[in-house]
Amino acid sequence: MADKPKKKTIRTIPQARTPVREQDPLERVRNFDEVSAGYRREDAQLEAERCLICPDQPCVAGCPVNINIPGFIQKIGQKDFRGAYDVITATNLLPAVCGRVCPQESQCEGVCTVGDALEPVAIGRLERWVGDLAIQEGWANVPHIDPVPFKIGIIGSGPAGMACAADMAKAGCEVTVFEAFHQPGGVLRYGIPDFRLPNDVVDAEIGNLVKLGVTFECNTLVGRLFTIEQMLDEMGFDAVFVGTGAGYPAMLGIPGDSLNGVLSANELLTRCNLMRARDFPNYDTPLPPARHVAVVGAGNTAMDAMRVCLRLGAERVSCIYRRSKAECPARAEEVHHAEQEGVEFHWLTNPVEVLDDGAGGVRAMRCVRMELGEPDASGRRRPIAIAGSEHEIETDLVVFAIGTNANPIMGQTSTLRLNTRGYIQTDEDLATSVAGVFAGGDIVTGAATVIEAMGAGRRAARSMRRYLGIRDANAPYTIARPDGAGTLFGIDEREHNFVRVRE
Amino acid sequence: MSQQRSSFDIVTREDFSDATYLLEVRHPLMARAARPGQFVIVMSHEHGERIPLTIADFSVERQTITLVIQAVGKTTKEMQQTCKAGTSLYAMVGPMGVPSAPGTAKKVLCVGGGLGVAPVFPQARAFKERGAYVIGVLGFRTRSLAFWQDKFASACHEVILCTDDGSAGVKGNVTEGIRQAIASHPDIDECIAIGPPMMMKGCADATRGHRIKTMVSLNPLMIDGTGMCGGCRVKVGGQVKFACVDGPDFDAHQVDFDDLMLRLRRFASQEQAAMHRWSETCRFKADALSS
Repeated sequence: MADKPKKKTIRTIPQARTPVREQDPLERVRNFDEVSAGYRREDAQLEAERCLICPDQPCVAGCPVNINIPGFIQKIGQKDFRGAYDVITATNLLPAVCGRVCPQESQCEGVCTVGDALEPVAIGRLERWVGDLAIQEGWANVPHIDPVPFKIGIIGSGPAGMACAADMAKAGCEVTVFEAFHQPGGVLRYGIPDFRLPNDVVDAEIGNLVKLGVTFECNTLVGRLFTIEQMLDEMGFDAVFVGTGAGYPAMLGIPGDSLNGVLSANELLTRCNLMRARDFPNYDTPLPPARHVAVVGAGNTAMDAMRVCLRLGAERVSCIYRRSKAECPARAEEVHHAEQEGVEFHWLTNPVEVLDDGAGGVRAMRCVRMELGEPDASGRRRPIAIAGSEHEIETDLVVFAIGTNANPIMGQTSTLRLNTRGYIQTDEDLATSVAGVFAGGDIVTGAATVIEAMGAGRRAARSMRRYLGIRDANAPYTIARPDGAGTLFGIDEREHNFVRVRE
Repeated sequence: MSQQRSSFDIVTREDFSDATYLLEVRHPLMARAARPGQFVIVMSHEHGERIPLTIADFSVERQTITLVIQAVGKTTKEMQQTCKAGTSLYAMVGPMGVPSAPGTAKKVLCVGGGLGVAPVFPQARAFKERGAYVIGVLGFRTRSLAFWQDKFASACHEVILCTDDGSAGVKGNVTEGIRQAIASHPDIDECIAIGPPMMMKGCADATRGHRIKTMVSLNPLMIDGTGMCGGCRVKVGGQVKFACVDGPDFDAHQVDFDDLMLRLRRFASQEQAAMHRWSETCRFKADALSS
């Protein structure tokens, strides 16, 4: 086979995006198995051909952690699947997670050159395929690690904490991740349901961290069991990363919102996913009974909550959102899946009161219809209530998924400076007001995405290495091959002055 | 996969009655960190639910956290059977919640009703250590359910025991004890009350007229206990608060107890079903063993 393939053009590549097999909507609303089966090997290779390997690589810039996307796709094309995994894991620790939950349409795929003329390359599906293959094959990239005498504490085992932990472990530090729940993973575990991100995938990715030498301490509420200051002063940690997430769900703030039968999406999802209330009574945590569910909000969390309720057996699930479909913040694929599964969307509808059933539960929700006016501060058109449009939507369970406020625990228990909204204040390098303490993810920015949190975790790790004086802070790490090829005892030759790199 | 914190070993188990039992759990770090007013969340096994329990005592010397539990539902009854000295809990996280403010009160009333007698103990002890004059008011349904009178005798300057049936101490509930205490000590400047919501509501009513600052410890349903789910929200002074991170202590005169009691019944039917199902399996097991 020729080493130099013919130059691909938009005319020569497969024109249509390779479809992915999905569970039938009617079937899948009755189970918690994953909706998308993912690519098969032949699908991945076919789709890989669609990448033009264009010189300007907009996808790399579009990725919050700048994965070398053309690089890994090229490896798939060359059937060097392990190579593809190595390329991805040079920048992204969790391909099987990110391939599933990243909003690719507004990141890499949104700027893909192929997308100018045809459907963009299915980068997310390819990434997931590589990630899944790695789990199946038991691949893990454990580079040669030069130990350095630093001890790092990570607070929160969600995506931000995991990314920071991985980078610091690779830099040779002794890393401990503290988690308040009894299982690690943060939002990947309690929030995102199995049909979108199976628990096995989370387990596998955490297993890779453990292989890097990271220790997980569950059942540990930092701030209350010990403080950040104690970690630095008494427990011997040289630096600390705070990635506790946003927490604290925002309330509806309308009459009736404390009725039984009104709960946050966080509570519903935690009960169902982490505590496995869907298997009640084999698991002890109960779920509220629900025939007609109304979910307020239209973000990814709202979509997850609605699709969970359908699977739990609700007869009707409605989405109540005050703006129109165009403004809806969820991933396009999630909205599409929710529509397929039978969620009723009430766009331009705003709840004004939750109505009591007389026994402390919910009977219905009173709503008004909205229209879009002038753009507001967020650039989206401001919804305005239409006079006289009040109507009732029959429901016995109201789930609110309208965002979160800052979790107060870190502010209550440390001297970290907070901003006016209660989030942790950091500089551009994610350093907080306390020397040696860095923060990133939702507790700094407010609610965002998994990949953005991971990006923040990696950025904080870079600053942390600089703070600790660990060399090569900005260089991408090269991966030691398990066979040690091209390396000197696992050390990349170029890293040391032992040999001449170029003859 | 992930490493669990070593283990949460139960070092002592004591039964106060056929429904109330004490567990002393080894956790050196938490024993040092705990303060009066805080709580833990416990899971007895991997399939279990997370239940919040107010810390009844903590000892740096013994490196333990003490919990007093009433067997009322499936989880607490099951724990009554399985949690023995030498066994361990699947999970225990804490200390959670904002510790009680030490305050400057010179004369305080520490009121405990039923199970609430246990968590009011560290508060009474802290007040006494700080030099306040402490009056304990302990309420039980009947004499045989009473516990920890000796501990309170050492942590209080006066103890008023109340029983609903008059089998010991004053006949009547704790509000009767509060009335008597206020009558003989008009200069009481703070009251702490812990117990069932109805009892705490009664205490709030009993002190309101005397303008005595009264704090109660609220015990709504919780999952994470870190402010993430909002299941524990309560209404205080017309505002929504999360008991797990904004409390659990709140000004009794501001708390909407009716809302609290309603929300505690959120899963009443599921709890009953779980309880029923569990007792059935227990009966089968017992029958199988005896036959």
